[in-house]
Amino acid sequence: MEFLSIFSIFVMACFVGYYVVWSVTPALHTPLMAVTNAISSVIVVGALIASSAVAGGSETSKWLGLLAVVLASVNIFGGFAVTRRMLAMYKKKDKKPAAAK
Amino acid sequence: MEHAAAVTPAWAMFAYLVAGVLFILSLRGLSSPESSQQGNRYGMIGMAIAVATTLVLHQVGLPLILAAIAIGGGIGYYIAQNIKMTAMPELVAGFHSLVGMAAVLVGCAAYLNPAAFGILDTVTNEIHSVSRVEMGLGVAIGAITFSGSVIAFLKLSGRMGGNPIMLPGRHIINLGLLAAILGLVAFFVTDQSAWVFWTITALSFIIGFLLIIPIGGADMPVVISMLNSYSGWAAAAMGFTLGNTAMIITGALVGSSGAILSYIMCKAMNRSFISVIAGGFGDAGGATAAKGGAIQKAYKAGSAEDAAFIMQNAESVIIVPGYGMAVSQAQHALREMGDLLKKEGVSVKYAIHPVAGRMPGHMNVLLAEANVPYDEVFELEDINNDFAQADVAFVIGANDVTNPAAKTDKTSPIYGMPVLDVEKAKTVLFVKRSMGGVGYAGVDNEVFYMDNTMMLLADAKKMVETIVKNLGH
Repeated sequence: MEFLSIFSIFVMACFVGYYVVWSVTPALHTPLMAVTNAISSVIVVGALIASSAVAGGSETSKWLGLLAVVLASVNIFGGFAVTRRMLAMYKKKDKKPAAAK
Repeated sequence: MEHAAAVTPAWAMFAYLVAGVLFILSLRGLSSPESSQQGNRYGMIGMAIAVATTLVLHQVGLPLILAAIAIGGGIGYYIAQNIKMTAMPELVAGFHSLVGMAAVLVGCAAYLNPAAFGILDTVTNEIHSVSRVEMGLGVAIGAITFSGSVIAFLKLSGRMGGNPIMLPGRHIINLGLLAAILGLVAFFVTDQSAWVFWTITALSFIIGFLLIIPIGGADMPVVISMLNSYSGWAAAAMGFTLGNTAMIITGALVGSSGAILSYIMCKAMNRSFISVIAGGFGDAGGATAAKGGAIQKAYKAGSAEDAAFIMQNAESVIIVPGYGMAVSQAQHALREMGDLLKKEGVSVKYAIHPVAGRMPGHMNVLLAEANVPYDEVFELEDINNDFAQADVAFVIGANDVTNPAAKTDKTSPIYGMPVLDVEKAKTVLFVKRSMGGVGYAGVDNEVFYMDNTMMLLADAKKMVETIVKNLGH
């Protein structure tokens, strides 16, 4: 892809991010950090490419990629799971709270 | 870039775009607790699409990759299910460090095997110059995120003292390092030698470490938001290298999210971002602290029985929790106290200062964990006018965020910081471990010595539990 077109996507995404994040309620700022953490592990795409690469024959590069896959996976599963756990705790007054705990 | 495009079929580009859009929706869901779970699901679907697309495009060594995902995923899931809610700040810091490290590893892999990433110029057999800049920046930001987050993690989890550690001439060292990194990234364009790449990586690890070392515990909400932002920019830079829209959209989202949170936190402390990064705040024993400590002022101490009596006979109680509540894990006892008071017909609300705790929204999560309904929990600007009508302000583990000096005393280090007007309540009950300690800003709080204040000197959790016992009678 052309650098400029990809850069346009980036700039637009920054603006989208700006408006979306301002609309997040302050009560959910901790889950916001957890979920952004999980999605920033999309870097796993790069890690997968590195670890599946045979072209060029760099073994080191492959193992570095695999290690990156492990680290990113910790984040993906950990990040989404912990966000889910946190969000499940936010309850409203009106609903009769189920006798959890 | 053309090469990356040549190997990426249109359907895959579309799939990555869909993943990016799902990530936007996942953040959008957080605008209210009702839609938040759905948002989180969108995020998971987006990630699944991104991973599946990549695996289909590069179908090699599947067993090894699946094993890597299983190992990492297993560890991550286990941690997420077992972590205590009070440990959330260090967990997030720890997770940030992993994103940073993953970015560094991907950058290294791309440098060692550029052909696989489609960034090799087939004519000159060198890496495209644009890709070199992106790679250099990505690795640098990733390394800073990693070492910075590791320090933040150590400080937040108490494995390293929370006090700022000052190196002489650290500003000059840091600026010098930053200049060196930027200079080397520029030089990397003309010369792709290994030493340039590895020096950039090494220097970035060092600067991340040096940047966070001098920052004190009270500034951690800013630091953790800032590292959140960096992890996003690192992902975006790698996205540029790979020409991958999902990574670029996500990176931009996360980057701006962290930046906005840092801004909110700085504003809530009335401090500029630069002064937080410069570090040193939260250093115990400043000039004002010494002055305040020298004069022994009179205060009224009360017992749990007194507190229970006052609150039972009140019409409205506003609870102000702070980091001390998190430290002593008092949130469950606190909710029990709230429930008993509500049974007596007392209106109970919670007031949260944006920087209460160690990360944005820290108090909200802890109260939610203790089953406090989120519609009883209010932000500073929504509740501050209610203190004047409240019978009791119950401050537990908070200090600086209630200090009226921020409104009146121009010489105070926290002057100008928005604070909760607890002193306007008819009675202030202030739970504090002892009179000796001052807040993180090292400033004395005149609320302690007011006529309508009763100090409840004890461990927060024990105090609340005793109050609960007394309310039960």
